[in-house]
Amino acid sequence: MTGATTAPDTPAPSGPRIDVGRWMRPALVPLVAIALGLLLGAILILSIGENPLDAYGAIIEGAFGSPDAVGRTLEKATPLVFGGLAVAFAFKGGLFNIGGQGQILIGAVFAAWAGFTFDLPTVIQIPFSLLVGGLAASLLGALVGWLKAVRGVHEVISTIMLNFVAANFTEWLVNTSGPFADPPATNPSNLARTPLINSSAEIPHIGGLPLGFFFSVVVATVCWWLLERTTLGFEIRTVGHNRHAAAYAGINVVLLTILVMTISAFLAGLGGAVETLGVTGRFEPGSNAFLGFAGITIALLARTNPLAVVPAALLIGALQAGTSLMQARTGVPPEIVDLIQAFILFFVAAPVVVLWIIRRRGQEEERLQLTTGWGG
Amino acid sequence: MKLDPKVKRIILWSIVAAIVLGWILAYRWDADQTTAVASRTVRAAAPLLLGALCGVIGERTGVFNIGIEGQMLFAAFVGFMAASYSGSLLLGIAAGVAGAMVLGLFLGWAAVTLKMDQIIAGTVINVFALGFTSFYYVQGRTMPSFPSWSVPGLDGLPLLGKSFFSNPPLTYLAMIATVVVWIGLFKTRWGLRTLAVGENPGAADAVGVNVIFKRYVNVTIAASLAGFAGLHLLQSANSFDRGMTNGQGFIALAVMIVGRWHPFGAAAGAALFGFCIALEAQLQFNDALDIPPQFFGMIPYVTTIAVLAIAGIRARPPAAGGHPFEKE
Repeated sequence: MTGATTAPDTPAPSGPRIDVGRWMRPALVPLVAIALGLLLGAILILSIGENPLDAYGAIIEGAFGSPDAVGRTLEKATPLVFGGLAVAFAFKGGLFNIGGQGQILIGAVFAAWAGFTFDLPTVIQIPFSLLVGGLAASLLGALVGWLKAVRGVHEVISTIMLNFVAANFTEWLVNTSGPFADPPATNPSNLARTPLINSSAEIPHIGGLPLGFFFSVVVATVCWWLLERTTLGFEIRTVGHNRHAAAYAGINVVLLTILVMTISAFLAGLGGAVETLGVTGRFEPGSNAFLGFAGITIALLARTNPLAVVPAALLIGALQAGTSLMQARTGVPPEIVDLIQAFILFFVAAPVVVLWIIRRRGQEEERLQLTTGWGG
Repeated sequence: MKLDPKVKRIILWSIVAAIVLGWILAYRWDADQTTAVASRTVRAAAPLLLGALCGVIGERTGVFNIGIEGQMLFAAFVGFMAASYSGSLLLGIAAGVAGAMVLGLFLGWAAVTLKMDQIIAGTVINVFALGFTSFYYVQGRTMPSFPSWSVPGLDGLPLLGKSFFSNPPLTYLAMIATVVVWIGLFKTRWGLRTLAVGENPGAADAVGVNVIFKRYVNVTIAASLAGFAGLHLLQSANSFDRGMTNGQGFIALAVMIVGRWHPFGAAAGAALFGFCIALEAQLQFNDALDIPPQFFGMIPYVTTIAVLAIAGIRARPPAAGGHPFEKE
């Protein structure tokens, strides 16, 4: 899927009519979108005088070239699965959670706190620490849901503002005089960070592969089941389609809005928690500012289907995992990955363009009306 | 809670009177600090106001613009690079505004022609701008600095002179733009047609207004204001920094909502936010309160949420905002 400039398993962009198997059809637009995103990325790489084939080759090798590389890709993909699930879940309920970034930070720092403060048996310690991180983040989501449903504050603005609040808050928690600070005994150069978590809280690797990734797949499946196979999920989707009709049908829209944002933020918080417990081992401020935005791209690539979030996150995770090798081999700045994501986001959100490019004008896709206006 | 318009007007004027009185008292108490806070308020409010005006025009014409943040950042970057390489400030400003307008045109294309979800379209702009400006960022460049202009005769006034009549050019532009947008929207044919397109595009179309064209033009023109907002950040910092907008494009959206999609309302909203930022800076400068700096850093964002939660409750956006136009 991460082929060079044209993805090999995508139909060639020429010819009047391409016959695609029925099972492929929902994946057609995302796959072409990925190919187009990589193509535009290649043009930008050319614009700074570098060779896109070298750059993409290095990314592929850095992401899949060795067992270590595959492990790294899965590690990178894990918080992205949660970030994508958070956005997709909110979309199902008609809400746009653009605050994944802040929720991830809160989840990460509180999971770290639980991890270095308590030392329970591993089977309890890991779920407990994950839960602490997820619940702390879900408080943020509950606030956003309440602001939206009761006070009419649009979630796009409140979640963005809370991203900055969370960034400042976590920075304060771990600064050298903050309550979660790493004490001078273990922190000779006075860095702003938490102590290392106890080994009982570390999420292990199994056969070189991070267990956290498999956990994220389980959570994705639970999300899918909750949304598609339960009454609650049906109510959430009804509110997402039409809040007024849902209210008319007797669904408590206020409560459901708060619940959807709470769950969405919980998922994002789990993402931060898994990253802390499985990869970094402690919380340090200043992690990737794009995590929250990547969740949006992933959710849309997956067309808000929780199960499809997993491959979408793997793709973006592979791009991220491969960047360090690309940087080592070529002069391409790592931000190329963010730009490719922006392009992919555009193409998956504008299927008209994709269908026009591959000349399937007849096949109008149902448009994803995802978000609501300020009045909501 | 429905209020008689008369009562409402009395309340409004008492609030204005209280604010004016507050400033006068503060000035009598400590002239230097009050003047410093006032002039910082104006300079912090100006980019928010410019960004909010961009939002006002867009939404009044029926297009949500979540991408103000990205348009600001892109303009600041293009402006900085152009000014830095050419050595000409004017060229930098022109390039920055043009850059923002290209992204405005993109928003028009995505929202009007492609009928894309407008909030996603804006997000694309934001992610693209953040990625693009970091991708092409070059360290260690400098640019010529903005001059400061004083209005002769008025700059000597107490309190007002320093804050309103002794500023760099783009700060004046924010004040002028507010009046121009107000006249444009409510006193001209262009404006009344724009309002019609934003409230009821079907009816506007029926009487011969070209809805599609109007939305394209307005969104592109509006983006120039977001461009000036980004350049205003450049004017204050005198250099470009990655992600230097820091959410101000989103605060501008909040200003727009608090200001009820009206240019003067936006000015009042921007003043409120500007004041919070100025007060924060002054308190931090004085070491007046023993609060960690991170909590000071939260103030503008917490204020945004609090103000929206209190004032935004009955805000009603233009009716057609967010919906693509389908000709019948």
